[in-house]
Amino acid sequence: MEKRSAFERVTLARHPDRPGTEEYIRALFTDFFEQRGDRLFGDDPAILGGIALFHGRPVTVIGQRKGHTRQEKMHCSFGMPNPEGYRKAQRLMRQAEKFGRPVITFVDTPGAYPGLEAEARGQGEAIAQSLAAMSRLRVPIITLIIGEGGSGGALALAMGNTVLMLENAIYSVLSPEGFASILWKDSSRAQEASEAMRLTARDLLELGVIDRVLPEPEEGAQADPQAVYRTVDEALSQALRAADRIASPTDHRRRRYLEMGRRLVGQERG
Amino acid sequence: MINDGFSNRRRQLLRLKVLRERRDPENRVRTKAEGVFFPCPGCGKAVSRRSWWEHQNVCPHCGFHRPVGAYQRLEQILDSGSFKELDAGLCGGDPLDFDGYPEKLRRLRETTGLQEAVVCAKGRIGGAGAVAGVMDSRFLMGSMGVAVGEKIARAANTARREKLPLILFCASGGARMQEGILSLMQMAKTAEAVTRFQDAGGLYVACLTNPTTGGVTASFASLADITLAEPGALIGFAGPRVIEQTIGQTLPEGFQRSEYLLEHGFLDAVVPRAQLRGELIRLLYLHGKGGARHGEAQRV
Ligand SMILES: [Zn+2]
Repeated sequence: MEKRSAFERVTLARHPDRPGTEEYIRALFTDFFEQRGDRLFGDDPAILGGIALFHGRPVTVIGQRKGHTRQEKMHCSFGMPNPEGYRKAQRLMRQAEKFGRPVITFVDTPGAYPGLEAEARGQGEAIAQSLAAMSRLRVPIITLIIGEGGSGGALALAMGNTVLMLENAIYSVLSPEGFASILWKDSSRAQEASEAMRLTARDLLELGVIDRVLPEPEEGAQADPQAVYRTVDEALSQALRAADRIASPTDHRRRRYLEMGRRLVGQERG
Repeated sequence: MINDGFSNRRRQLLRLKVLRERRDPENRVRTKAEGVFFPCPGCGKAVSRRSWWEHQNVCPHCGFHRPVGAYQRLEQILDSGSFKELDAGLCGGDPLDFDGYPEKLRRLRETTGLQEAVVCAKGRIGGAGAVAGVMDSRFLMGSMGVAVGEKIARAANTARREKLPLILFCASGGARMQEGILSLMQMAKTAEAVTRFQDAGGLYVACLTNPTTGGVTASFASLADITLAEPGALIGFAGPRVIEQTIGQTLPEGFQRSEYLLEHGFLDAVVPRAQLRGELIRLLYLHGKGGARHGEAQRV
């Protein structure tokens, strides 16, 4: 499994034919009803969300959408959400809580959109409020990292009680290009950065950031999407069954995220 | 043996004294170099070191706000003699085994006298007890790694347990790249900690200072009950350079500055440094005399 380099996984995670949120929703759920708009400003096509049935059970499903054709990609800003996308997600999550539906999130984004209007409308505040909304949510959240988990723009949908990750997906503090450009002032060293960042599913499992790695076909998810849907379907069913046994999803999530990195904390005398 | 112990102790005390001087550069200025002038980055006029110190690092000519070190800020904000540092020695690790990172931390600890990019303390503000955290941009751009996230979370926790208001001064380039994904996770951790504190009825005041960007803006800095900023501070999620690269044009004057955020509805007030302590005293008073009513509110 580890014979593939981190950079090869980065390439696979970004493969144009890799199944995205739309495909997973179509394959795993029935009666999907898309909910649009944040009721404040607009509707962001880079975040797709709504109500659906998962094996007959109502759930709220939300994920970043990248699009496949050139036109779709432009329309979805290549999967980089704007503030209204995150605010739509918050609205859907709160509604899920009202109706007692579990929330299932699919993460696949290079990051939040770094544009002038996005900043004017409070990109940072929107992501922060998403984190706050997830930390307060009284229904379980199951997160699946299916492609690229880039930065705060990914985390804003990724605070699951359980976080599952596909074998060739990546999840990192910044894109390898951004990392190389900040730390080495050279974005062309992305390959080197990929190896240094510990962004593969295996690494993240070791670091306690995710709970489970889901295997992909040898050539990657795009080679046999049906097989991946079966794997994800099974893992999701299992995760939902486990989530049903959690007495307080809020407390469970709180413990999970307050624990992040605690193993590394030490004391030094001045 | 006894002699050895004595000289060790002496060496340690001397080292502490040096560190204290380094972390409080203005202390040194008071006694030495106070006649030296250097130009204001805002208007270019020469300002004496003494004058910088007297005006809390704000230019007396144009009002330009220079950065303030964490200990210096706490000295400006807290009642004198009330400062008690929390988790002073707390440090993180090196989860990526990142080349040169531990050495970099060691060097920074020596040169700045800071243990990490945030200093948390308990103290009083106008007689009212409070927990305060101040980020220091001299320490790796005030970036948030495991230690910073943990200290913020613990500060919120202390404030919740002791029913004190929480005041955080933000100054950060964002997540600490050298700690990879665990830095990103500190956004979740701090969001958890401050929302839990607020849901227990706690008052959280954030003061955004230059610069507050990236993962700090996208987590605890944007979640306060009252959000203040110093004049002219750069506040945003994406950095200006990244935005310019994305949109392929230069950004308008004043974009992502405090005044711009105020206009766009993301701040309660822009407060000049000289008035900050006064405003904090008023806010604590408004939430109950001496903060005494704090924690009584019940979440429905
Ligand atoms: Zn000036």
